[in-house]
Amino acid sequence: MSEPVAISINVNGKSEAATVEPRRLLVHFLREELGLTGTHVGCDTTQCGACTVIMDGQTVKSCTIFAAQADGSEITTIEGVGSDGNLHPMQEGFWEEHGLQCGYCTPGMIMAGIGLLKENPHPSEQEIREGIAGNLCRCTGYQHIVKAIQYAAEKG
Amino acid sequence: MIPTEFDYRRAATLDEAISLLSETDGKLLAGGHSLIPLMKLRLSEPGTLIDIARLPELKGIAQSDGMIEIGAGTTHHEVETSQLIREQAPVLAECAAEIGDPQVRHRGTLGGSLAHSDPAADYPAVMVALDAEFHIKGSGGWRAARASEFFQDMFTVDLAPDEVIVKVRIAPVKYAAYAKLHQRASHYAIVGVCAALDLDGGVCRSARLGLTGAGSHAVRMPEAEASLAGKSLTADVIDVAARTASDNASDLSSDLHASEDYRRAMVGVFTRRAIEKAASR
Ligand SMILES: Cc1cc2nc3c(=O)[nH]c(=O)nc-3n(C[C@H](O)[C@H](O)[C@H](O)COP(=O)(O)OP(=O)(O)OC[C@H]3O[C@@H](n4cnc5c(N)ncnc54)[C@H](O)[C@@H]3O)c2cc1C
Ligand code: FES
Ligand code: FES
Repeated sequence: MSEPVAISINVNGKSEAATVEPRRLLVHFLREELGLTGTHVGCDTTQCGACTVIMDGQTVKSCTIFAAQADGSEITTIEGVGSDGNLHPMQEGFWEEHGLQCGYCTPGMIMAGIGLLKENPHPSEQEIREGIAGNLCRCTGYQHIVKAIQYAAEKG
Repeated sequence: MIPTEFDYRRAATLDEAISLLSETDGKLLAGGHSLIPLMKLRLSEPGTLIDIARLPELKGIAQSDGMIEIGAGTTHHEVETSQLIREQAPVLAECAAEIGDPQVRHRGTLGGSLAHSDPAADYPAVMVALDAEFHIKGSGGWRAARASEFFQDMFTVDLAPDEVIVKVRIAPVKYAAYAKLHQRASHYAIVGVCAALDLDGGVCRSARLGLTGAGSHAVRMPEAEASLAGKSLTADVIDVAARTASDNASDLSSDLHASEDYRRAMVGVFTRRAIEKAASR
């Protein structure tokens, strides 16, 4: 047996202390231990971006980070974005522009969109497409996702 | 996909990382974006992971004695957005921006990419073309390695089990460019070429060309380099260099992304593009 690791991670503004197996992936820690199942696992191979969260201000794929590596970090998941009746502009954009069909990729797409606008508040269409290059959607054909991000950028 | 069990240690200093490497059957963990996928597939089963992602000794981008020094722990995103690199060696920022996707660039590091030496990794082509020097520390102390001798084979580099790449040193360079045919899903290089030219007026005094993706590891292309030396970079001269690169490419891979013949053809195409782009800077 490997030695468990004590970690403390700030998730959506709340400090979460836990003891985890070193091989515990961040996405499983979020979903299974904290019950934050909005972060999805699509591929488990770092390709699809469904597991995207924001860690210390940057988008990352939480299926390819051990929870132990995130010790001391600040993490925002989709649950930390907006609230019922008070959607984040990015969520509003996905709603208004029909940026989803099945919705599986949506939490990751929204986090990727938020990460993109943080770095580049007024991206061109090309920059938006490059900004979501780490996120796959098997339904929409991306057109409406791009529009949703444009909507959020215009709303500021 | 769950990796096998391992012990996790976070090194507080570079020397602690080195002693942990010598004491355990450990492996360094930087961004984890090559190692963790391998561990999930159980192609790698280290007993201990030594996390070096936050080591201050591996951080920072600075100019010293005119040379640019980049910490091995610098993320691709940090390289891509560094003002110093954009001004002094734009080819490197351009290369970093071509790696994977934003999330991968936020985690992956320069040192991790070099140590891993994936046959399709981007940085190695640029490192051999820029004649980069890697500063490495192990239990025996410091040493420097030249990029062109560092990459030896597929996933095989000149690095002992107790050694850490600490920083990369390159000279500022203007007339250099990276051109890449990327694999659509992962963005890894099917063929990637970096051209670094020593230009005097319109004349190319010497050239260094680095190739990645095509074979087992990054290499220089000496025949094509020689064809450029002392010449004005006319369309014909660039044409000959591209053809020479293609004709002399050896050790070409063939896989589901590209056949050997296709790779050979693309070596020519991307050599031409890299030279043209480098000359136009
Ligand atoms: C979806 C995806 C797409 C990608 N696309 C590309 C691409 O287009 N182009 C490209 O070039 N790469 C690509 N990569 C790889 C990516 O760039 C990796 O981040 C990089 O190859 C490894 O860096 P790391 O910091 O993550 O290393 P890690 O995974 O942490 O480590 C890799 C290896 O290097 C060793 N190591 C790490 N740091 C050091 C050091 N300082 N000294 C000595 N040894 C060290 C480790 O022990 C390990 O063996 C992609 C990865 C993914 C997941
Ligand atoms: S589940 Fe993490 S990238 Fe697909
Ligand atoms: S909406 Fe179904 S995968 Fe994107």
